[in-house]
Amino acid sequence: MALTQTDRALVLALWKKMSTNVGVYTTEALERTFVAFPSTKAYFPHLDLSPGSSQVKVHGQKVAEALTLAAHHLDDLPGSLSALSDLHAHKLGVDPANFQFFSHCLLVTLARHYPGDFSPKMHASLDRFLGLVTSALVSKYR
Amino acid sequence: MVHLTDAEKALVSGLWGKVDVDEIGGESLSSLLVVYPWTQRFFEHFGDLSSASAVMNNAQVKAHGKKVIHSFADGLKHLDNLKGTFSSLSELHCDKLHVDPENFRLLGNMIIIALSHHLGKEFTPCAQAAFQKVVAGVANALAHKYH
Repeated sequence: MALTQTDRALVLALWKKMSTNVGVYTTEALERTFVAFPSTKAYFPHLDLSPGSSQVKVHGQKVAEALTLAAHHLDDLPGSLSALSDLHAHKLGVDPANFQFFSHCLLVTLARHYPGDFSPKMHASLDRFLGLVTSALVSKYR
Repeated sequence: MVHLTDAEKALVSGLWGKVDVDEIGGESLSSLLVVYPWTQRFFEHFGDLSSASAVMNNAQVKAHGKKVIHSFADGLKHLDNLKGTFSSLSELHCDKLHVDPENFRLLGNMIIIALSHHLGKEFTPCAQAAFQKVVAGVANALAHKYH
C-alpha cells in the first residue's frame, strides 16, 4: 500500500484546513476511543480519562504532533516515526489492534467536523494514510 | 446478544429517527466499496465501480444499500434477539453468497462514519459507543450460522 498523489493532496489539504486545531480532533478521537472501546483504557491507568480531562488533552496534543509530522514526511514514515515505534513496541507494549480503534475514531471525528470535505475519496485517502502510520508504528514490534 | 442500557437504547432510536435511512445505506455501502476496494468482489454485476464517483452514482449500489440498511434497521427493533432476527440472512451470506464475516465489521464501521457525517455534533462519544455495540452485535449475529 502506498499513497497516491491524490491521497497526499487530500490529506495535506485537510491538514492545512485543520491548522492549529489538530489537537482538538485527536483529543476528541481519544475520548471516543476510550468510550466506544473501553479495553483501550488499560493502557492509561495513570491518567484521568474522564470527559474533558486536561491529561487527555495533553496526550491528544502529542498524538496531533506525531500525525502532523507524519503528514509532512509521507516519503519516509518508518524513518520519521522510528522513535515512536520503539516507544510503543518496547516500552508501552500497545497491541496493534488499538491503533485501528483510534484511527476509526479519528475518522468519525473528522467526518463530523468536516462533513463537506469528507467525501468517499477523502475518507479513503485518510484511511490509507492512517493505515500507513499504523504500519510504521508497529514496524519495530518484532 | 447486545447489552445496551436504557439510556443507550434511547440514544440509538432517537438518533436513528433523525437520519435519512436510505441515504445512510447508500453512503455506507459506497464508502465500503471505495475505501476497501476488495469488497467489490461481491458486486461485479453492479456495473461501473471504477471510480469513487462511479460508485457513488451507481443506482444498483444505492438500491442495495437501501436493502441492507432496512435489514439493519429491523435489527434495531430486535436488539434482544439479533441472532434470531438475522438467522436466515446469516445462512444466506455463508452458504450462497460466501461473504467473509470480516466484511460485516467493515460495513458496520462505515455505518458509524456515515451517521457521524450526517448527525455531526449529536453523534457524541456516548452515541458512538452505543452504535458500536449495535454494529458489533449485528455483525456477530450475521456470522453466527457460519460453518
